[in-house]
Amino acid sequence: MSDADRIDARTAEAGTREPLTGTLIFERGAEESRCVEPPVLDVPSVDLEDVLGGHARAMAPVLPHVTEVELARHYEHLASANFGVDSGFYPLGSCTMKYNPKVDEWACRLPGFARIHPYQPEETVQGALELMWGLQEALAEVAGLPAVSLQPAAGAHGELTGLLTIRAYHTANGDPRRRVLVPDSAHGTNPATVAMCGYEVVQVPSDERGGVDVAALKRLLDIDVAALMLTNPNTLGLFDENILEITSAVHEVGALAYCDGANLNAIMGWSRPGDMGFDALHINLHKTFATPHGGGGPGAGPVAVSDALAPYLPGPVVAQRDGGFAFAYPERSIGRVRSYAGNFGVLVRAYTYIRAVGGDGLRDISGQAVLSANYLKTLLADAWPVFYDRTCMHEFVMSGGPLRKSTGVRTLDVAKRLLDYGIHPPTVYFPLIVDEAMMVEPTETESKETLERFAAVLRRIAEEAAEDSGLLHGAPYSTPVRRLDEAAAVKNADVAWSPGDGSER
Amino acid sequence: MRFIPVTCGEQDEMLDSVGVPSIDGLYEDIPVGARLARPLDLPGAMGEIELAAHIEKLAAANEDGSRMVSFLGGGCYDHYVPAIVDSVVSKPAFFTAYTPYQPEVSQGTLQAIYEYQSMICQLTGMEVSNASMYDGATALAEAALMAARVTKRHRVVVSATVHPEWRETLATYVESGTLEVVEVAAKDGVSDGAAIAAALDDATAALLIASPSFYGTLEDLRSLGEAAHEVGALFVVATDPVLLGVLEPPASYGADIVVGEGQSLGNAISFGGPGLGVFACRKAHIRQMPGRVAGRTTDVDGRTGFVLTFSTREQHIRREKATSNICSNHSLNALAAGVYLAAMGADGLAGIGRASVAKAHYLEGALVATGRFERVFDAPFAAEFTLRYRGEATAMQARLRESGYLAGLDLGRFSADDAGLVMFAVTERHTRAVLDRFVEEVSAL
Repeated sequence: MSDADRIDARTAEAGTREPLTGTLIFERGAEESRCVEPPVLDVPSVDLEDVLGGHARAMAPVLPHVTEVELARHYEHLASANFGVDSGFYPLGSCTMKYNPKVDEWACRLPGFARIHPYQPEETVQGALELMWGLQEALAEVAGLPAVSLQPAAGAHGELTGLLTIRAYHTANGDPRRRVLVPDSAHGTNPATVAMCGYEVVQVPSDERGGVDVAALKRLLDIDVAALMLTNPNTLGLFDENILEITSAVHEVGALAYCDGANLNAIMGWSRPGDMGFDALHINLHKTFATPHGGGGPGAGPVAVSDALAPYLPGPVVAQRDGGFAFAYPERSIGRVRSYAGNFGVLVRAYTYIRAVGGDGLRDISGQAVLSANYLKTLLADAWPVFYDRTCMHEFVMSGGPLRKSTGVRTLDVAKRLLDYGIHPPTVYFPLIVDEAMMVEPTETESKETLERFAAVLRRIAEEAAEDSGLLHGAPYSTPVRRLDEAAAVKNADVAWSPGDGSER
Repeated sequence: MRFIPVTCGEQDEMLDSVGVPSIDGLYEDIPVGARLARPLDLPGAMGEIELAAHIEKLAAANEDGSRMVSFLGGGCYDHYVPAIVDSVVSKPAFFTAYTPYQPEVSQGTLQAIYEYQSMICQLTGMEVSNASMYDGATALAEAALMAARVTKRHRVVVSATVHPEWRETLATYVESGTLEVVEVAAKDGVSDGAAIAAALDDATAALLIASPSFYGTLEDLRSLGEAAHEVGALFVVATDPVLLGVLEPPASYGADIVVGEGQSLGNAISFGGPGLGVFACRKAHIRQMPGRVAGRTTDVDGRTGFVLTFSTREQHIRREKATSNICSNHSLNALAAGVYLAAMGADGLAGIGRASVAKAHYLEGALVATGRFERVFDAPFAAEFTLRYRGEATAMQARLRESGYLAGLDLGRFSADDAGLVMFAVTERHTRAVLDRFVEEVSAL
């Protein structure tokens, strides 16, 4: 534990250097500073007021005025106040913060991908269409569901797409239904999506093993239920042992089973949602297929569905035609869920990743992700109780409840203290059904040594909590800023700088 | 394997600790009927050298903007992206980070978002911007849903001059009957003011207008806004933010919500995605705004810092009562937009706008002068314009493609009513020499 011991409790009072962040780009540079010169006008100039029919801008916007070197330093400082996967261990449960291969970044920037227009004739973009087709095929094989739309821009967008597809299917069968069942352990996006689709949300309780309470589910199922939305492996990191019974019960009342694919990283090549009885699935390319999270996006949330749902998918999808590839529009499509064909730059990265690791590689990746999670759980077993003590999948949920009882230290304090040790905290306070939850997902891209260090740090923090709880309540100490006043942020509602703001600093 | 640092020996040690003989032992919770008993039917792994060759081959099979002269627009534009932009968005600390849930180690992302929001407010004239959305189309759909929440009304009126794919997205979003959408046909390439006024009523939550419109025309936003406000509806304006260096901001016309496709602000076209959904509104409506928003505050030591704020609107807290199911933004695209706007400055952006407008008008005049094209709309336009081709448009485009030109967007692909109309997008990157050569090719048809 030499590493952790070296961290002094209340270190890191700022020195004399300028803080990395806080000074806005608007406050840098000088009035005459420029980074990019406007282009030389090589055609006759026009009178804007005249050609724009009175819509010419009267007062210029106030934008930053900086030289390129000031701009470069500004963002370098901001970057150094950030923590990414390349910075260190990032076991953020349910987010699959795995390493993002650099070759994927190279690929999406090739002019042949980055500088093509969505309305080009299809014969001029055959390489792009072939790539999209290849990705559709690969995702269909991993999902065990035959039809794929790459259009959704994110996981939540995929949920919306999948549920609207299910809705269209029921409507076409003359059987509109009113309710969608969602387990109490579900991501918040699930109920939010259900509401956006005009359905009523009905919550399904979990059983004592962390799975769906099958008896309760069966009581809730009737001919007014459109679908069950289920994450499997679920948000507790557990594979639902009753999955086949669950999906067949759902089908028995004519409802469909929707799988939130947030946790697909656990099962690629081991088990397929289609084989579990699911009718639809969204896949988070930014989790399972290693595309970067980008500080919040862009991601991509393709949807894979059964043959019965395929005609309702949003178009365009890519089909093989006359020895080449072309966009196709499913015949009873719900219509598009966005402009153009998808987050193509993200699709290029995911395709590149899949081709790099291959089919066997995907299975090895899932196997290692699950082994790493179980290993870490074992290392922590005596100090940090796991809520449901079973073999986990790629993540597990610990409870900070006992620690809070004995020391008054909350999971939030533990998370903040981890920052002082250079580790990004796990997901905290989710799922909601676990007291003081801490959800840990190590991913397959971390070394055994990293897992062991994390376990040692967490043990050390538990000791710190017992010795000096105040230390944890005050953490972090070594980060670019410390705990921020979120209540004041709401009260002041300072969400945009304006030219009169100079006095604030 | 290259992305798994655990060695085979270590794997055995880990299995020992866990107490299972092999990785298969970890999957015993999966019922046999749900297990995959065969390998995935996918190609095998590739080394980076073979992989790069394969990817390059796919990329080379596309005729990209470095090989063709393109006049395609329709929401995606080939404006120049300064080198500094990619240098910033390529920093791993930005692109390998997740949503800034831990603000103490996410100040880079959060401050960049706050600065982006500030720039969007400056451009649009609005008080509040969110941290961005998926694209212009979904931003428009979310604006309609927000207007319904604000006004507690369930009907929106949309002009048919709004991008057809955006209207289709809106229709998909409200398919479940959450909102009634009334579409009003265009007249002479702009919104039909009289028909819109007739369609607006006291049950209308919002009027949705785009200016520049899908056809490139500039709408009479003042009178449309007044018509919306007269019935108590919100005025939602879709705009092209890169042109707001020269165009009057939507706020000047009374816009309540401004949306737009921000791809042009420093992002690659990339076959149409990822885009950047711009979304700005009045401060009074912030609690009904969808998506994330960053706010400025202080830490326990009094230092300036940034957090995600007003999160009680969001799905992780409100679940089915959230303002939207969106739980992300296009942060990296917003970062690119922020770097782009800072690099350009107000002068630079005005210069880009002026050049694009001047070159578009130059080309429009020259194409009409060839006699091959004729004007169809009287309305003013900025950097994109629509003409009628006197002949078979698809044949014309096929011939010009052989000479290396993507000769505009054939609007017949969106609507049979618009068959024969061709739309041209011009940016500062089109030099006079290129434009002149293209006009010569057209003359020679």
